[in-house]
Amino acid sequence: MIFEGKQKIWSDYQKEIPSDGWFYVRSCIRQNFFPASEKYFLAVCRDLLGHDIYETRHHTTCGGIAYHSDTIPQETAMTIVARQFALMKEAGYKNLVTSCITSFGNYTEILETWREFPELEARIRENLWKATRREFDKPEHLAHASDLVYKFRGEIAERAKFRLVDKTAGRPLRIVEHIGCHYSKMFPHKGIGGAEYPCVLSGMVEAWGGEVVDYPERRHCCGFGFRQYLVKANRGYSVSNTHKKFESMEPYHPDAIITNCPGCPYFLDRWQYVIAEQTGKTYGSGGFGIPVLTYEELAGLVLGYDPWDLGLQLHQVAVEPLLDKIGIEYDPSAKYLGLDRKDIMRPGLPEVLKCC
Amino acid sequence: MIDFGFSLSKSSSIKLDEVDLSLYRRLEEVEPGVRICMGCGSCSATCNASKWSGMSVRKVILDLQRGRDMKEMLSCCMLCGKCSMVCPRGINTRHLILSLCRLYESGK
Repeated sequence: MIFEGKQKIWSDYQKEIPSDGWFYVRSCIRQNFFPASEKYFLAVCRDLLGHDIYETRHHTTCGGIAYHSDTIPQETAMTIVARQFALMKEAGYKNLVTSCITSFGNYTEILETWREFPELEARIRENLWKATRREFDKPEHLAHASDLVYKFRGEIAERAKFRLVDKTAGRPLRIVEHIGCHYSKMFPHKGIGGAEYPCVLSGMVEAWGGEVVDYPERRHCCGFGFRQYLVKANRGYSVSNTHKKFESMEPYHPDAIITNCPGCPYFLDRWQYVIAEQTGKTYGSGGFGIPVLTYEELAGLVLGYDPWDLGLQLHQVAVEPLLDKIGIEYDPSAKYLGLDRKDIMRPGLPEVLKCC
Repeated sequence: MIDFGFSLSKSSSIKLDEVDLSLYRRLEEVEPGVRICMGCGSCSATCNASKWSGMSVRKVILDLQRGRDMKEMLSCCMLCGKCSMVCPRGINTRHLILSLCRLYESGK
């Protein structure tokens, strides 16, 4: 083995991520599905760890969902993205970090398209000027929010109040990581570890004391796939994809799933209820499901934030068994209390999938 | 059970450790040429019956290797032999189909 050669090959799988100077853009759907995730990304990376991350209330969605659902042409999505770049320039920032995997894929695809077709970039510049009288600079670095959490995983581990360890059994928690197709499959060289060794989530899990589960369908799609779900006639295909993943991971008895993408946690979480109703089968122990968390929620948990402030009561699958394993204390009566301890009402309980 | 208006589809994945390959193994004994098929599909492209019946020698061989029953598809073959003439590996596909039909008939 030539060590230098190995190092050269491995360096191709790395990604340069500056610690500071990031302009943050949010996701359109994450704020509805897992509303506290983005808040706690800023709370952890900006407020707790002190890194320079800026967001403006003037930014919008990237148009990625509409683009992937074939409802807007790519040029429209490009002009929306160009406006985000213009806002970044106006704020004095040069690096852009996205909350959403689809946004990350969308921004990357657009920048790559402009690199290949500069005349298209010129047309979008003209479109943006005509529509908004704005001009933009392309970002020097483009990252997904999980790239930053991965970079700061050591700092988070130093401040962690809990480890991803089963307190009673004294073993590391078995965590399934799900990367998301738009992170490592569209432009593999833009993600940490490429398509072969995507370690953005597994790096966090291992740094925080957990153990990553390797199972046959680890890189299979979660089942969202936009039109697979958005068109009702295709929805059976969507849930079948998710079912395939759960059947594959079941023998390894995972304690939790950590996800990278807005769609993945939603579908891996909600489809467990649908699969339970359709087949009578649940994948966690004691009739519960396998809790599905976003990486910000997991970071928040190890840092000791209140699970209900992290929005874990909005999950379909009950997270209490996981909290008990880690040894995180929580107040069951506060689960459905919102701001100012106002009752936000309780959801109906499913018949098959056990929930707290 | 709740009717959601959609349901799980049966998985089409094949676990090769679990499928019964005995028919394919017997075919290999009587028609060793089947082993050198590279699945190019020339046979299917030239098949007269393909357009109307879905007949495909490539599909027959591939599905037998996956333990599937291909009896119904064989009944679509007109035994014209055009597939044998175009096979780049020189497999006598017409004879292969006849041998397979005999294996099905003998119930072996």
